[in-house]
Amino acid sequence: MTAPEPILTLHGLRKTFGATPALADLDLGVEAGRILALMGANGAGKSTLVNIVSGAYAPDAGRMTLRGRDFAPASPAAAARAGIATVHQSTQLAGTPGLTVADALLLDRFVDADAPLFVSRRSVRRAAAAVAAHAGFDLPLDRDFAEIGPADQQMVAIARALSRQAAVLILDEPTASLSAREAARLFSVLEGLRARGLAIVYISHRTGDITRLADRAVVLRGGRIAADLSRPIDVAAALTAMIGRSIDSLAAERRACGADVLEARGLVLTAGAPPLDLTLRAGEVVALTGPLGAGKSRLLAAIGGAVPLAGGAMRLGGKTFRPRSPSEAIAAGVVLAGPDRHRSSFVPSDWPGGSVAETISLPHLRRWFPAGLLWGDRERRAAADAIARLRIRAAGPQARLATLSGGNQQKVVLARWQAEPARVLLLDEPFQGVDVGARADIIDALRAERTTATLIATSDPEEALQLADRIFVMERHRLTAWADRDRFAA
Amino acid sequence: MNDEPAGELDTAAAARRAPVPALTWAAASRRIRQTGLLLLLAAMVAGFTRAEPSFLHLANLMSVLQSVSVVAILGAGVTLTLAVGGFDLSIGAVAASSVMAASYAMVVWGLDAVATVPMVLAFGAGVGLVNAGLIIWLRIPDLLATLAMNFLLTGVQLIPTAGRSISSGLILPNGESADGVFDPQFLAMGRARLWGVLPVPVLLMLGIAVALHVLTQHTRFGRLFYAIGGNEAAARLAGAPTRALRLTAYVISGTLAALGGLVVAARVGRGDISSGASLLLDAVAAALIGFAVLDRRYPNVFGTVVGAIFVGVLLNGLTMLNAPYYTQDFVKGAVLVGALSLTFGLGRRAG
Repeated sequence: MTAPEPILTLHGLRKTFGATPALADLDLGVEAGRILALMGANGAGKSTLVNIVSGAYAPDAGRMTLRGRDFAPASPAAAARAGIATVHQSTQLAGTPGLTVADALLLDRFVDADAPLFVSRRSVRRAAAAVAAHAGFDLPLDRDFAEIGPADQQMVAIARALSRQAAVLILDEPTASLSAREAARLFSVLEGLRARGLAIVYISHRTGDITRLADRAVVLRGGRIAADLSRPIDVAAALTAMIGRSIDSLAAERRACGADVLEARGLVLTAGAPPLDLTLRAGEVVALTGPLGAGKSRLLAAIGGAVPLAGGAMRLGGKTFRPRSPSEAIAAGVVLAGPDRHRSSFVPSDWPGGSVAETISLPHLRRWFPAGLLWGDRERRAAADAIARLRIRAAGPQARLATLSGGNQQKVVLARWQAEPARVLLLDEPFQGVDVGARADIIDALRAERTTATLIATSDPEEALQLADRIFVMERHRLTAWADRDRFAA
Repeated sequence: MNDEPAGELDTAAAARRAPVPALTWAAASRRIRQTGLLLLLAAMVAGFTRAEPSFLHLANLMSVLQSVSVVAILGAGVTLTLAVGGFDLSIGAVAASSVMAASYAMVVWGLDAVATVPMVLAFGAGVGLVNAGLIIWLRIPDLLATLAMNFLLTGVQLIPTAGRSISSGLILPNGESADGVFDPQFLAMGRARLWGVLPVPVLLMLGIAVALHVLTQHTRFGRLFYAIGGNEAAARLAGAPTRALRLTAYVISGTLAALGGLVVAARVGRGDISSGASLLLDAVAAALIGFAVLDRRYPNVFGTVVGAIFVGVLLNGLTMLNAPYYTQDFVKGAVLVGALSLTFGLGRRAG
């Protein structure tokens, strides 16, 4: 198949914010009837590119053509009129509860100044049906927008974007909030649109989506194209291009690993998902990377007893391990720090229990205060130790969490779970909002563990490379070994 | 990735740079908020005493405390449910139906205090269990479940006597007359005084206040209660038995509401169908004023009891100064609005 003529071309696009170049002389052609996946780490220039094409920013230099003519949209509305349909990430915003799907489909028309002042239910419904039919979707026009699933909401947003003779459809992380089945439905819709000759730009972290859908993947790094891959797309090459160095430049040294601590065999996370096996050894740091929604969080939560398993068995230190609650897992020495520390670990800062010391002690109260009364300085000593060991910048054990920076807050989370010896430490996205210095301290603390097996989920492959002995890529509940220090450190 | 909120860094940096500050406006306002309500209480006592010296007599002070004891006991229970992130709005009806249940047990069934008191307390605990069941297992929001229970019990208590108040000689719906009497031991719960000074209800209030204060502030259970109220998911991930603890909070709240009802019944000496009318809102108000005492901004037992006393002192003093009875609700409301503005409004700006 020869590549068709590009419908949208970018020539030498440049955009600089302050001293940072977000786009550096970027050339790119987007072809009709194909799906182009745009990949890149945070700050690689994806959003800037989309914002320029959709008319939100003007480029500092360079030019664009659309359907062979010069294209320089002055505003998002102008870009939409010219045929650029953009669907942003949070599609809940496409409508509001109380509005019907039909209303939501026409929402941007109601805003138009030339729209009629009075609208009848019948005229709305007729116009909405036309919009849905134009996109080729079957949508429940009379239902409340809030009641339909995220996939339908996504389709409402897409149909609305397409209603103005679009030539290019840009989708920003469309599957971020979709289940696997809903995503599959979206994919067949997108394939239908591709067959009709629409050019689709698909932005995603999900390597699974990209291998499934994309005809071509462009990886951005530092505002330039780092790789331009065509189908079938090599995920490892794409990730390597995203990070900018090859996997064999692992910095840390592999430590001698101890005995097997946790053996998981045939784990099924949700009904119908493929079974997976995983073994964690004492003193070893294993990282899971891969797109959002791949099941990383679910795997950690299942091992930590926070969600039930659909199947499979685990052995901890040779004994059957099947926690029914986090409390049982903690008692067995398997501890889980969930994603988003504010939601999974902290109480509000001005609420009782919001100090550094109280945050660290929460899971250990029964062990530290067996009589029930909070007497003695056990808690304060543990906090003071952690502050010194992890170099937490806090006024002291009694400091409120809100006075700490994100990185130091994350150190408090780690201190909580290292305050008592654990056999398995599960960390879900432990570096969200953590600065580089704090990240290095946390990595040092994790790599200093000798007896604990550590399993970390992170959607950033670079983080995985920095800290792990072994790395798995997880996609749609499937684990693939990606890197192992044994092989690459030599 | 390193998206630390700049504002926090700035304040942290400023805190490191500056030596211990002189009395700044922020520090002063904080001090005022922390002690404001207690100072106001002291000022009120001084003011009322100046206007009416008998206000400060021991007998009057005891009568103030006695008048707020039931509200404080109920408020302490609500405080516990607030601490676990819930809200028990059924306490008013639990107290009212406990008044009726205790009266019915003695007048109609002829039971004595030793049988009646445990039975009524068990009734309160049972309501707490049902509340917890509705909230935890049926996942009905706390406010709705307990408000519904409040309606239910308010109605149920009228049924056995066909809407009549209960006293000796009550004519039952089937025409028989009930000739039981209130056990004198039972009446002592509301009327007796320890050493001729300290009324039993005040003693109960103080005992419960101390016990629940220690439970919530100085035990690991209290820590877990607050952890659930602050972030239930985090508490569960930290291994807390969140369901059992929430259930405990509602059972304690129901039991205390029943105890409050027993005190009312013992003091009044009859099963008055309207006896619990204002208890719910007064107890909730005490718990909310409690947020402002010491500027804690979270439910706390000490604050709740001080809040109840604060309202009691104000009403008693105004009554002594011949303020008309119909201004009482206005005064309570004004105190509540003022206290909440003090805590949340000023607190946010300075904090």
